[in-house]
Amino acid sequence: MIFGYKTKKLKAVIPTASMADIAFLLIVFFIYSTTFSVDRTTVFLPSSTVRKLVEKNAAIIAITKDGQMRLSDGIHESVPVMSYSELNDKVENIVTRNPFKEFIIKCDRFSPYKNFGRIYQILVDNKVRNIAILTEQKIKK
Amino acid sequence: MKSFLRRYREEAEIPTASMADIAFLLIVFFMLTTVFTANKGIEYGIPKKEKTSVIKPEESIYIHIKSDGYYVDFKKFNSLDEISGYIQKKMEETKFRKPVVIRTDDDVDFQKTVTILDLLKQIGVKNISIPTEEEIKQWKEYFQD
Repeated sequence: MIFGYKTKKLKAVIPTASMADIAFLLIVFFIYSTTFSVDRTTVFLPSSTVRKLVEKNAAIIAITKDGQMRLSDGIHESVPVMSYSELNDKVENIVTRNPFKEFIIKCDRFSPYKNFGRIYQILVDNKVRNIAILTEQKIKK
Repeated sequence: MKSFLRRYREEAEIPTASMADIAFLLIVFFMLTTVFTANKGIEYGIPKKEKTSVIKPEESIYIHIKSDGYYVDFKKFNSLDEISGYIQKKMEETKFRKPVVIRTDDDVDFQKTVTILDLLKQIGVKNISIPTEEEIKQWKEYFQD
């Protein structure tokens, strides 16, 4: 043992000077990555391997498993649609204002095809040119 | 008159002690409100009605999705790989000009339609057609299966 030497005790401190910098960096990330979605209907999207970016501000038609529908013109928040005739009127209104409007179909993967089929018929009748079916990435096993 | 008293000057500083707290509060807000939206999918162009020409079933590849499986040109296929191989062969024979018609029964899950659409896009089929309810009624004479 060594005697005579007095050990100097350093106070334990956590450096917090850069804490604010890190926090603001994270804030900037969130601000840039946040997009306020016009439709927040919870659906299990079908999966696919081929996926392309859909157009921004396209109108969205959401269909749940039990056939409930919501429609957004791409700018305003989505609203529930009670019947196919109401949907037809609203789609007609959107297409009249912008004939080139793209429609995004956000349909639950477990939804029976007839739900999609009826909406598809309405879109074709209203001369919608392009549709996009929202999907999630298919993971190959 | 100039005062001879020595003034004590306080150093100008911005209090930053609570900066991190404010920043983390904002982070928590953004983390809770952020929803990662799905913005990718399969594109499908609807043909214009005026330009539509009637395709006879024998001129196309006809995929019928039923609750018990996939039927291509009225033959049942047991796996997607088999369907892929069959369509690939037909497409190469016709230099990818042959249209593919996808018809799905009402009670079948939507996922199955997307699976076939995905498969066709992977092969590189450009002429894909999904008949509407009206068209299916018109074609009843062809599609008796």
